[in-house]
Amino acid sequence: MGFWNAITNFITQTIPWFDGILASIIIILIKAFALIIPLMLMVAYFTYAERKVIGYMQLRLGPNRVGPKGWLQPIADAVKLMFKEIIFPTKADVYLYLLAPVLAIAPAIAVWAVIPLDADLYIANLDVSLLYILAVGSIGVYGIILAGWASNSKYPLLGALRSASLLVSYEIVIGFALVTVVMIAGSVNLNAIVEAQKGSILHWYWIPLFPMMIIFFISALVETNRAPFDVVEGESEIVGGTHVEYSGMTFAVFFLAEYANMILMAILAVIMFFGGWHSPFEGVPYIGEFFSWVPGLVWVLAKATFFMFAYLWVRATFPRFRYDQIMRLSWKVFLPFTIAWIFVVALMTQLKIGPWF
Amino acid sequence: MTSAQILFYTFSFFLVASSLIMIFAKNAAKAVLFLVLAFFSVAGLWILLEAEFLAITLILVYVGAVMVLFLFVIKMLNIDKSTLRAKFAGYLPLGLIVAAIIVAEMTMVLGHEQFGLNIYPAPEKASADYSNITILALQLYTDYVYPFELAAVLLLIAIIAAIALVHRPEQNRKKQDISEQVSVRAKDRLRIVSIAKNNKEVNND
Repeated sequence: MGFWNAITNFITQTIPWFDGILASIIIILIKAFALIIPLMLMVAYFTYAERKVIGYMQLRLGPNRVGPKGWLQPIADAVKLMFKEIIFPTKADVYLYLLAPVLAIAPAIAVWAVIPLDADLYIANLDVSLLYILAVGSIGVYGIILAGWASNSKYPLLGALRSASLLVSYEIVIGFALVTVVMIAGSVNLNAIVEAQKGSILHWYWIPLFPMMIIFFISALVETNRAPFDVVEGESEIVGGTHVEYSGMTFAVFFLAEYANMILMAILAVIMFFGGWHSPFEGVPYIGEFFSWVPGLVWVLAKATFFMFAYLWVRATFPRFRYDQIMRLSWKVFLPFTIAWIFVVALMTQLKIGPWF
Repeated sequence: MTSAQILFYTFSFFLVASSLIMIFAKNAAKAVLFLVLAFFSVAGLWILLEAEFLAITLILVYVGAVMVLFLFVIKMLNIDKSTLRAKFAGYLPLGLIVAAIIVAEMTMVLGHEQFGLNIYPAPEKASADYSNITILALQLYTDYVYPFELAAVLLLIAIIAAIALVHRPEQNRKKQDISEQVSVRAKDRLRIVSIAKNNKEVNND
């Protein structure tokens, strides 16, 4: 925690009465803002990247009018959404209607508390941080369910029903896929999982757990309601799913939560399967030392960018799955396969195959 | 008051308040949401007891899965609120008697004589490197491995029973053959016919 300790020491030395519980709460708040503000900027420019990337994939230009090359487009979108009127449907449950976006965004941000972006760059080093992510991440489904229920409208209700069953099914798959990582690393602490992948690119878990990585990526698409599994929105079938009745900032909050979750899933994939903050040139003679000055945060973000690009790539490539096909994929394909792979990993751990165990 | 005490009383207040609202709520969906708040308060209390694994498992299992399914079911039901309140006064005396018996029994069993500080002294604060999950796993998979396996078998039986209850025999089950759906080719569904240009047999009426 070198970086944070330096800031804490600086504050306590300059302000002598700054001590005790209040001080630690303020420091935690500063850390949280230092994380959330770049995250929100990332979300804003991720939407821009999405429109540009999919635009070029479909031989269009994408947004290019606001600012140079369209770079101010996300800012313009944010301003527009902020000044739009929030419409309440007749007979909607107003409290739950407003609570739903809060329940969507709060867990999407709260999970970031335990994500290690570098060896000493995190807000909390929880002993059970992986379980914390799964537990807090599973609360996000309430936002969608309540949005569908409180809107008192047909299509949101259908979307909410779809999402409730989908998210619960794929949480089980993600849980089992991550069990294999925990088995190899021997810990549910994210920092320890990344530390266990130290060595070289061959020590990362993507080699022994390659099928799990694919399953994790596909399940992450479902968990974040992304195409080709975006039946929750399903604009060609149920208009816009749970967001139909939402407008202005209430809609924007759902949007922020979805993209924050996408970035989280990308970074989680990096931490689980791609060695987190470790450099890909680690262990390589000469090149490894040459890149040793690069901070771990850069590697995490660079690797996560690949997964984030893959999200957009998948969206531009595949048509939407039918609802029952997604359910079949979860219960009849992924779940038996992940359980079988747990036994394979158990065998590999016992026989000590490769550099991972 | 220390910060731990402030947190304890905050969580306890929210636990008691949300449980009461859960019972008295007229709307079933709101009752479920207050039950979720009660679970969160319990999880907070357990974290204060340094049982972070149990607290997070509570949220993961009950809030993340069980209550979601509760909400799912409640949305599908068309609950008539008048029938829920219909015989409230009639059941009230019986309910009060049962509640009084439960409170009396719990006071006798969990009271100061059995679980007071003089019988079970307060445990020492665990050090920073104490890992709740490791200790729990060691206990669960060594000393208590047979009860653990038994519980697993019990849950498996429950799953099989639930599936057997709703299982339909093969003949009246509607199911899709995915491989048949996927292997469909255009020529199975689409017939291309060539129609002559000046076909006099075409009926133009």
